[in-house]
Amino acid sequence: MCLGVPGRVIAIEGLLATVDFWGVRRQIRLDIVDEPVVPGDYILNHVGFAIRRIPQEEITETLALYEQLLKEAGDDIMAADVRGEIQAAGSAAPGEG
Amino acid sequence: MLPGQLDEAVKQLKFRDPGKARELAGALSRLTQQIGRSPVSVMHVCGSHEQAIAKFGLRSTFPRDLNVIMGPGCPVCITDTPEIDEAVVLAGQGIHVATYGDMVRVRGTVKSLGDVQAEGAKIHVVYSVVQAVELARQMTEELVFFASGFETTAVATAAVILKDPPNNFSVLSAHKYIPPVMEIVAEMPETKVEGFLAAGHAATITGWEIFEPFVERHGIPVVVAGFEPLDILSGLVKLLEVIRDGQKRVVNMFPRCVTRAGNLMAQEQLWKVFRPVGGRWRGIAHVPNGNLRLRDEWSHLDTRKRFRIDVSTLWDYAPPALVQDCICGDIMAGISSPTQCKLFGGDCVPETPVGACMVSSEGTCKIWYQYGGHPDLRGVAAC
Amino acid sequence: MRSLIQQVFAVGFSAAPIDGIGLSAMDDGAALPLGDQWLVITTDSHVIQPIFFPGGDIGRLAVAGTVNDLAMMGATEVLALTNAIIIEEGFSRADLERIQRSIQETCREAGATVVTGDTKVMGKGELDGVVLNTTGVGLTKRPVPDNGLRPGDRILVTGTMGDHGLAIMASRHRLELDGDLRSDVAPLNQLIRIALEAGGEHGVVAMKDPTRGGLASALHEMAEKSGVGIVLEELKVPTSPVVRAAGELLGIDPLHIANEGKAILGVRPDSADRVLAALREHPLGLRAEIIGSCIPDHQGSVILDTGFGKRLLSEPEGEPLPRIC
Repeated sequence: MCLGVPGRVIAIEGLLATVDFWGVRRQIRLDIVDEPVVPGDYILNHVGFAIRRIPQEEITETLALYEQLLKEAGDDIMAADVRGEIQAAGSAAPGEG
Repeated sequence: MLPGQLDEAVKQLKFRDPGKARELAGALSRLTQQIGRSPVSVMHVCGSHEQAIAKFGLRSTFPRDLNVIMGPGCPVCITDTPEIDEAVVLAGQGIHVATYGDMVRVRGTVKSLGDVQAEGAKIHVVYSVVQAVELARQMTEELVFFASGFETTAVATAAVILKDPPNNFSVLSAHKYIPPVMEIVAEMPETKVEGFLAAGHAATITGWEIFEPFVERHGIPVVVAGFEPLDILSGLVKLLEVIRDGQKRVVNMFPRCVTRAGNLMAQEQLWKVFRPVGGRWRGIAHVPNGNLRLRDEWSHLDTRKRFRIDVSTLWDYAPPALVQDCICGDIMAGISSPTQCKLFGGDCVPETPVGACMVSSEGTCKIWYQYGGHPDLRGVAAC
Repeated sequence: MRSLIQQVFAVGFSAAPIDGIGLSAMDDGAALPLGDQWLVITTDSHVIQPIFFPGGDIGRLAVAGTVNDLAMMGATEVLALTNAIIIEEGFSRADLERIQRSIQETCREAGATVVTGDTKVMGKGELDGVVLNTTGVGLTKRPVPDNGLRPGDRILVTGTMGDHGLAIMASRHRLELDGDLRSDVAPLNQLIRIALEAGGEHGVVAMKDPTRGGLASALHEMAEKSGVGIVLEELKVPTSPVVRAAGELLGIDPLHIANEGKAILGVRPDSADRVLAALREHPLGLRAEIIGSCIPDHQGSVILDTGFGKRLLSEPEGEPLPRIC
């Protein structure tokens, strides 16, 4: 919970959802989540209340986000290396190692 | 997406790929070099970030020249002594007090709730405020809920207040509101903080748009990040990129939970029940609008209106001078280091902390104390 | 707790018996030379609440706890147990019988018998239900201390961590978690005998059971007393999915939580694989793992390699409590 482990909704009765947290289940209140929640959805739980329904697309998008970030960081390094070499060629100062 | 695939994807997020983490840490190193300043200081203001950094040992992967400061993001650590004293006094008078587990061991001026519990007080540890309400329903005596935590936790308190709690239930609000304290850190004249990693949980409620005026006013970028190790590392990578490129903007790196406007329903409930007032945070003096108190319409549920709480009985034992010497605020802003504080290691140690920086496992002072300075476990390897 | 014992109770009794392990060692028990063997003796009091919990009860805990303390010192054949019980007036007779059956069943598993005991009753309200005290006596040719670690030695655990403590916490605080959280309370002497045999004369050099304070506490003590550092690989520490999930939900680290049916073994590197294989043959050792090793620096510290980075593993501060943040 403290680390935002998403839970999966198993069943719903009124404003109370039974949520599975990868091995244990707990009843979670739905009073403050701002979208309708159905069994099978993932929710973010904080102190026994669902504060967000996590849309399926967002999960895959997040994984893609990490990939993109790494790729960008990689590209940046190449650019930096090239800049460094150009500088080194133009002055006596050492470029990026 | 098929249910099986989704499960796998969530599992990936949850089970945390160490290989990717290493790559992201490498990116941090390169970006810090590119920025070229030493150190580059950024601050996170979320208890969950703090816990995750501590739990996964992420600090040992940050490059030397990157200073990731624990800001005032741990609700336990910044709950000020008078607020704890109020709960302690009530409990000492025999009134039932329900509280989240984290608050039990934090000392007020003299005692913690754990201390009075050992003396026979009726303290109930709950995981959710809902349990406190249920406890109240099962008894005729008064039950006070000691409500600690930031706005994310306050919405839960608001939700139960709006649902007709029993007459013997009341709320002692020690809830806090984060955005104002970011202002304070940003406004400190010599602040070294170049960027903020904002609280993912809180932003789920408030949305990321509340940081836009802040960024515009202070020119310090904000990245909203989640709390899995990969979330934090990628949040930091993004933040360093933005700092390197001199951009002043808000970036949402937690789109699966945070939207621009946030959870409007939760916000409505929160502000219906609570209003922000100025107050003191442990180690940071006055934070305008930093505390959340019950609005007048809810006086009938407000512990402070229902009981006369006289904390002066505790003050006979108090060494008030200590608090004045605490320089947590400066330490958080990156201006001072723990060894420059006259209380560090003497009056202020983990067993008897004075300021927030010593209470939290991620607090700068706590870490320095544990490691004897800057932690360096990089070279440690198993045989 | 340790400083309380050192400052109050151990004063005046610190002179160790010749070649023996005495109070000053603050080990799981004491070992006294007896001819060509060692007499190992240990005592424990049990005050657990709730008295009946998923996976066991105070009776099982009393027997297993004492048998395990003997085993941790190397005495895996139990000569005898004593059992003293203090009962609050009005305590249910049916519950007493249930506890007694548990004691008998656990004794049978351990191959031990209760040979003598004592019963007292205190007034209603003067005691919380029931308190048990057990003393155990055993013999061993080679006492195994908890301070025998050297750099290079491997750290083994016999199974999953955190089961007992989390089961107790969930039922005590009524945390309303629905999952299979059960205590692991069990007598380990047969398992340990197998491990000691597999290790031969010099294989297993230190042992401790991670009860109160969990793996973290026990390893700290072993590291400090041995004068080594310990590097622990978190991803290798066995935990059940239920315990992991409950721990994350409550913000509690399974490494800080008590176990009552598990042991830590310090093993010389060339015997580690052999001992591990032997453990895994036994029903109580199926999830045994090599989880770390000892280093010459950072003496007294336990460093956790999380797979993402490293940090110092802290000692737990007191009774574990569920956290929101």
